[in-house]
Amino acid sequence: MAEVVLETQNLTMRFGGVVASDNVNFKLNARELRCLIGPNGAGKSTFFKCVTGLLTPSDGHVFMRGDDVTGWAPHQIASLGVGIKTQVPSVMDGLSAFKNIWLSARRFLSVAEANHKTDEVISRLSLNNIASAELGRLAHGERQRVELGIVLAGDPWLVLLDEPAAGMTAEDVEQMTQVIHEMLHTTAVVIVEHDMQFIRSIASTVTVFHQGAVLMEDHVDRVMADPTVRNVYLGKNA
Amino acid sequence: MTQSWQKELIQTLIVAAVLMYLLPFAINTFTLSILLIYGMLGLSLGLIWGFGGILCFGQAAFFGLGAYAYAIAAVNIGESTFPLLFAILVPALFAMLLGAMMFYGRLADVYLGVITLVVTLILFKFINSTAGPAYVIGKARLGGYNGIPGFQTLNVPGRPDDYIWGDAFYYVCFAALVAVYLLVTCLLRSSFGRIAVGIRENDQRMSLMGYDTRARKTVLFAIGAAIAGLAGGLFANWAEIVTPGLFSLGQSAEIIVWCIVGGLGTRLGPILGAAGLAYLKFLLGQQSLIDNTLITGLILVLFVLFLPKGIVPAVVNLWTVSFGRRPKKSQRNMRRARGGHNG
Repeated sequence: MAEVVLETQNLTMRFGGVVASDNVNFKLNARELRCLIGPNGAGKSTFFKCVTGLLTPSDGHVFMRGDDVTGWAPHQIASLGVGIKTQVPSVMDGLSAFKNIWLSARRFLSVAEANHKTDEVISRLSLNNIASAELGRLAHGERQRVELGIVLAGDPWLVLLDEPAAGMTAEDVEQMTQVIHEMLHTTAVVIVEHDMQFIRSIASTVTVFHQGAVLMEDHVDRVMADPTVRNVYLGKNA
Repeated sequence: MTQSWQKELIQTLIVAAVLMYLLPFAINTFTLSILLIYGMLGLSLGLIWGFGGILCFGQAAFFGLGAYAYAIAAVNIGESTFPLLFAILVPALFAMLLGAMMFYGRLADVYLGVITLVVTLILFKFINSTAGPAYVIGKARLGGYNGIPGFQTLNVPGRPDDYIWGDAFYYVCFAALVAVYLLVTCLLRSSFGRIAVGIRENDQRMSLMGYDTRARKTVLFAIGAAIAGLAGGLFANWAEIVTPGLFSLGQSAEIIVWCIVGGLGTRLGPILGAAGLAYLKFLLGQQSLIDNTLITGLILVLFVLFLPKGIVPAVVNLWTVSFGRRPKKSQRNMRRARGGHNG
């Protein structure tokens, strides 16, 4: 039996009368890759925000490696060893790529170790030629890669990525897929994604959200073949 | 890292010593002292705004609190060493509480400006209304609009009769400013300083990396207040009276103008901006042709339009463009990436 690193029990988030997340029970094992899909407004991002502490759920619980982390602040959750990437590239635009990644490494390491770690992450993501450039001047895809570097530098055991492939070129996506596969040696990964091509290419278990609740959970091929899922995506009534 | 720090330390000390010796030939030491004090006040805001991204409209509040803390303690104690410590500690503690309230309440950006501005105004109103005999702390009457005059001024520690004034006071102010400058340099080179800059750039990202940004901003805010408080304590000694005017809106706004004109995100900029504009104000105060707030306003507008980054960054740019020897590109990139801070 593999260790469960992330679990939610009856996770519910209400905004006034709107139930954005409805009784979500979710379980993720160590070193597992899971994709969350669903049409717009299905509650993927709300679920993501509840898990990362950006929102406090109205009801239910979130557990990480057995600790009840419901209502913790984002920095407390990140301190456990959870790497988080939000939907919009969120980086320090005024600083160089090196400093961005260094700041993340420094959270858990001494200065010398952080320098070393940063060099390692930079060569692993082949960021060498943009390491000293100010991030604000870089292209969208490059900034996404730097943010992935920020996540990697913390040596996480759980990684939560919100739309990592958004706005990237095919080449970038390919590299990202490779990096994610490497990451799986040490960490579990949750990916919120729209891009079905990308999800097929990393081929994993998929959890489908619909109207705040979990619709089904299965391998990507079976999910794609399922008539209910197809209807949800095409907007017809199931 | 340590080598470049030693180099910078020695350079700073040499430049400071030369300036300390030369400046009195141009301007009298009494005026210089106040320029140095304002320089320190400018640096305090330059630290929290330029490097911490905390726009504080209430730096004058900490300056005033420092001055009042000194005056009240000096009246009661009659020796200047502890009062000067109070001038640092009281604003720092006050800022710690105020900062915790704001940052843990998730206030950011312009709301910080609003809150700090209002706090300053409340202090101004409060101190103004303390004229009655009921407002006494120990032996010190707060004195309302008239302020507190006649307290013990700076003396050699432990010897209340050996006053430090005139030229000696100028040297003390200079040494204090250099010490604060080096402390700020040290702070910015440390991990704490680098993380503060990261928080300035992107608060949420830093908290998602696992940094408690609220606590760190509160600490930085308190450090800035401590420096402003020290400047306030020195000001009390310079003016030999403290009045509610220290908390005024004009004073608060002026500090912000100093930082903008001098250059945000640099250490030297706010000091030079403060000293330069304060000296200009001093010169303009000697004539009655033009109102000097008008000139300050005009300068601010011109800077925002033509030199939005301020003097120091502009001069540094000009210098590197015209005289800077360009090291080999790869080396420069490595150094920049490794990250000595500029400015």
